[in-house]
Amino acid sequence: MSVRHAMLALLSEGPKYGLQLREEFEARTGEVWPLNVGQVYTTLQRLERDGLVESDDSGDEGPQRGFRITADGERELAQWLRTPPDLSSPPRDELVMKVLVALRMPGIDVHEVIQAHRRYLVELMQQWTRIKEDDAGTDLGMLLAVDAELFRLDAVVRWLDAAEARVRRAAADGTLARADQASQGDQTRAPLPRHRREARTRR
Amino acid sequence: MSMLELRQVSKSYGEGSAEVHALHEVSLTVDEGAMVAVMGPSGSGKSTLLTIAGTLEEATSGDVFIAGQPVGRLSRATKAKLRRRVIGYVFQDFNLLPGLTAAENVSLPLELDGVSSRRARVTALEALEGLGLGGRASHYPDQLSGGERQRVAIARAMVGDRRLLLADEPSGALDSVNAEAVMRLLHEACKNAGMTAVVVTHDAQLASWADRVLFLRDGRVTDQTAPAPGPEFLLLPEGKQ
Repeated sequence: MSVRHAMLALLSEGPKYGLQLREEFEARTGEVWPLNVGQVYTTLQRLERDGLVESDDSGDEGPQRGFRITADGERELAQWLRTPPDLSSPPRDELVMKVLVALRMPGIDVHEVIQAHRRYLVELMQQWTRIKEDDAGTDLGMLLAVDAELFRLDAVVRWLDAAEARVRRAAADGTLARADQASQGDQTRAPLPRHRREARTRR
Repeated sequence: MSMLELRQVSKSYGEGSAEVHALHEVSLTVDEGAMVAVMGPSGSGKSTLLTIAGTLEEATSGDVFIAGQPVGRLSRATKAKLRRRVIGYVFQDFNLLPGLTAAENVSLPLELDGVSSRRARVTALEALEGLGLGGRASHYPDQLSGGERQRVAIARAMVGDRRLLLADEPSGALDSVNAEAVMRLLHEACKNAGMTAVVVTHDAQLASWADRVLFLRDGRVTDQTAPAPGPEFLLLPEGKQ
């Protein structure tokens, strides 16, 4: 979560004090992303420097200093809300790498590796679900934030399920064994998908 | 006390080369008041495990104990009584009778068990009320949403003095918010109403409502989650965990 834009969002409702901004930020994000007080004031200073917020002229640097959003700040906020976050995949997904490595390592049971990760993910999901359980469904911000985390973890579990099913099918078809032999013996590899090859030549 | 215990339970179908092993020496203990989820892909033996735990099918070998009673040594009549009075079943497709109202669907098992229809109705209404369905008692299943139908099915599974709830993909046909409502109900039934539940599902989000998750693969329990710490640790700022 961008603290910068969260501050602008809170100020779009009307002028607020620094301390109030910190409390409201935590309350609205269901206290899932705790924030230290230093982060709030550093962010506010930068916003003021960039002309996106204005502060009282009181000269008081403490928690009682008031802030309000400027017209430029309003525009910046409206723009930010509609800008999709960068969801392109990371260059190397650690879990994917581990499963791919396990697949080719002699003496390693890939199913056991997959299950170790699955168990960890489900345990994590149980802990997030406990948070929902303790709430009667009144804190919408918290529920949405916890849901987002659960859906993200769930997607990883589902990928592991799919990976396991594919490995089993490959083992049954005998294609898994061929991959093993190829890695040990001759260096010929299945051709990369077209876009990967192009990406390589561009580099 | 354990409400359900399976000791070395195996189940196979067919004979000779056509023999299929659905369960291999499965052992598990579910304490009273606990909610346990069994996770596994289709064909892993989840539903077989549930039907054997619910005495709807017999194990090929091994023992099943319900509330301390060895199911294998009970007479047919005693087993039938166990099914009517102690065990409640919840299925993915709700299995409500379309010609009966919500209240009648819930009171039916009580009436079949010899409870007077007047008393059965009162008990059924209480059960529906408890699940927030008081206003839906006289509706027929086709007048209810999917989520409401499943809540009626849960009321039917819990009505009377039933203590063991067995649920097979209970929210499989529901959207995620309604599915969560169903899991929340099952969880509360265990926490507050002294029920014990075993839920089989392939869905990790639903399984995460359980106190413990068992992983089933090819008819074997291959792994389970550790008892979870409280949720507080997720709320600590990074680096302080």
